[in-house]
Amino acid sequence: METAQETLTAPAATETVHVSGSVALLEALIAEGTDTIFGYPGGAIMPIYDALFDYNDKLNHILVRHEQGGIHAGQGYARTSGKVGVVFATSGPGATNLVTGLADAQIDSTPLVCITGQVFAHLLGTDAFQETDVINITTPVTKWNYQITDATEIPEVIAKAFYIARSGRPGPVLIDITKNAQIQLFDFAGYKPCDHIRSYRPKPIVRPQYIEQAAKLINSAQKPFILFGQGVILGSAEQEFKAFVEKSGIPAAWTVLGAGAIPTDHPLNVGMLGMHGNYGPNVLTNECDVLIAIGMRFDDRVTGRLDKYAKQAKVIHLDIDPAEIDKNVKSTVPVWGDCKETLPLLTKAIEKKEYPEWLAKFNDYTRQEVEAVIHNELNPTTPEMTMGEVIKQLNEITKGEAVIVTDVGQHQMVACRYAQFNNTRSNVTSGGLGTMGFALPAAIGAKFGAPNRTVVAIIGDGGFQMTCQELGTIMQSGVDVKIVILNNRFLGMVRQWQELFNSRRYSFVDIQSPDFVALAAAYRIPGKLVDDRADLNAALNEMLNTPGSFLLEVMVTKENNVFPMVPQGCSVSEIRLK
Amino acid sequence: MSEAEKKQEFNITIYTENQIGLLSRIAIIFTRRKINIDSLNTSPSEIESIHRFNIVINEYEEVVRKLTRQIEKQVEVLKAYYHTNEDVIWQELALYKVSTDVIAEKVSVERLLRENGARAVVIRKDYTVFETTGHREETDNLINILQPYGLIEFVRSARVAIIKDSEGFNSKLREFERLEPGEDVIENEYLNQGEKVFTM
Repeated sequence: METAQETLTAPAATETVHVSGSVALLEALIAEGTDTIFGYPGGAIMPIYDALFDYNDKLNHILVRHEQGGIHAGQGYARTSGKVGVVFATSGPGATNLVTGLADAQIDSTPLVCITGQVFAHLLGTDAFQETDVINITTPVTKWNYQITDATEIPEVIAKAFYIARSGRPGPVLIDITKNAQIQLFDFAGYKPCDHIRSYRPKPIVRPQYIEQAAKLINSAQKPFILFGQGVILGSAEQEFKAFVEKSGIPAAWTVLGAGAIPTDHPLNVGMLGMHGNYGPNVLTNECDVLIAIGMRFDDRVTGRLDKYAKQAKVIHLDIDPAEIDKNVKSTVPVWGDCKETLPLLTKAIEKKEYPEWLAKFNDYTRQEVEAVIHNELNPTTPEMTMGEVIKQLNEITKGEAVIVTDVGQHQMVACRYAQFNNTRSNVTSGGLGTMGFALPAAIGAKFGAPNRTVVAIIGDGGFQMTCQELGTIMQSGVDVKIVILNNRFLGMVRQWQELFNSRRYSFVDIQSPDFVALAAAYRIPGKLVDDRADLNAALNEMLNTPGSFLLEVMVTKENNVFPMVPQGCSVSEIRLK
Repeated sequence: MSEAEKKQEFNITIYTENQIGLLSRIAIIFTRRKINIDSLNTSPSEIESIHRFNIVINEYEEVVRKLTRQIEKQVEVLKAYYHTNEDVIWQELALYKVSTDVIAEKVSVERLLRENGARAVVIRKDYTVFETTGHREETDNLINILQPYGLIEFVRSARVAIIKDSEGFNSKLREFERLEPGEDVIENEYLNQGEKVFTM
């Protein structure tokens, strides 16, 4: 058996092996460096699972409890490891359960390859059992998708799938394989990775004159400002970016998905952008003279009203996706390219500078924000705990080394604002789509993607109940994930909007939850409930020191609001501190 | 209003691989923004295995520019261009079905059709089918003329268009097939605001 398997991926030029489509698929996955698969079996994907049975030593398959859990786990894995996440699901409902995760991966540019089973090719279009038109359903939410009806197509299509998923601006790819193709035997001549598709150009040759123009603008700027996003992390350009920031001396602010690209406590890291970002970065966007956007797409949560966004500034936009340049904000100099290539060229062309007075302005705004908001959030004197103080204590214990996975809502904004990130690939959250229920499965995947790091999931009481079935995945796989539920007995973010904009008409936002600790215990996961500040520190330490997973439920104050806030439809200058 | 601030007709030309499902992928880029496609033509291009789309919409230039970039982003799309009517040579085919009695009795109708460049495709005992090729206004004009004489049925084809200042796709395709993108003539879209063609 061993020799047969060894020759499969490295045959001589004319040698072929007679294998099934399923075996060819698994060999292709291994050749692409896959070691972990998150999946859930079913009728239409059985041949693949049968072949998988013999690959226990090479492929680690994690059985999830819902396909959505599987795909979020794949996302978490991709975020922390930088590799392509691989997800298996069966046809019909299995495939449709992936759609939310595909949409999430698409909008957050996460590389994924999802393999779905499909009914026999001769049954396509006949409303067969568990048959759905997966290709048409997932076309808008995938970077590329394809249906394989013949086993001979498998090696080439899988090669294309991985190449498309990970190159250029990454994204999710779905491959639908009909059952006959999984069973069919064919002559497999070995796997050849793809490095070129003639209709697809992941990145361009960098045009030097754009670099020159950008450098000229930067060198003559008085109040330059850098905005950076996930593009820096996706391009593995953290070192190049740090070098650029340090030589240019320009203050830099991050989007939620860009957090951690440079360490939180870097002297030129001036804070978070966006609707719940920091005071200074938002207000000073409308005062800078040169705006340098790197690997970020000017999402509406970051810009607020576009007609009042940085109109006074010259914009330099570094991005690998040409459709993003000039999509929302008109750029003066578009630097289209892979930032790992463009940043060093730009760094070389600019002068070494400092902007002490300009930087002092950011610090001044920070002081105001600390006084008005941050101090009370992190050091509250109220009887009930705040979300911020939990994050602060967590920072002190993990020292900024942990991977923080957040769900969606108030706790997400609080965690992203206050968590300390020393390393890149430390912040895993659902940014563009804002999928509640993302955190628990994503934390599982994140731990598999970075097994040597501590993974802490921060989840709200609402989001936890969306995917709590994945506690079963934790139980069965034995994965080590620390879960902190910040329970405010409300769907906090919606409640905040109802308080601020709907005269406190709390329409269906007060949510009742089960006893989370008892729920965890039912899944054989140890847990603890904390509702007194005095017990918090010890409980956090217990959570982090207990080997294996642990669920810590912290009761926080019911009606707290996340500030600062740029209300919808307002300009970033109209950011509210209360 | 300046030119850029009003809606006008744009011709979008797309070169793609011949892939099932690509039509759907391209169409949803329009429907997603609630834009109506006025005319859609898809057919094999002059190069084997490369397909050519011609899409006509009525929109603002800003929107069309963003649409074209999103279309070109699709993996199986090689190139996408957009042009106004002035920058393309375009034709639409139309078929008219008229009762043969009317043609036989009213000589003026026959002359009318000849004057409008219509040629008879099929002549039967009870009906005759004419065909014209040309622009929208000419086609509409002929419909108006024929209506009083009893136009039984009419069908208009999608628009096909050739870009005036293009060199054809052959040389571009050689570029795509090379492993590394070649050093193209640098088309300065951003610095030269008048440029409409987006390329690498």
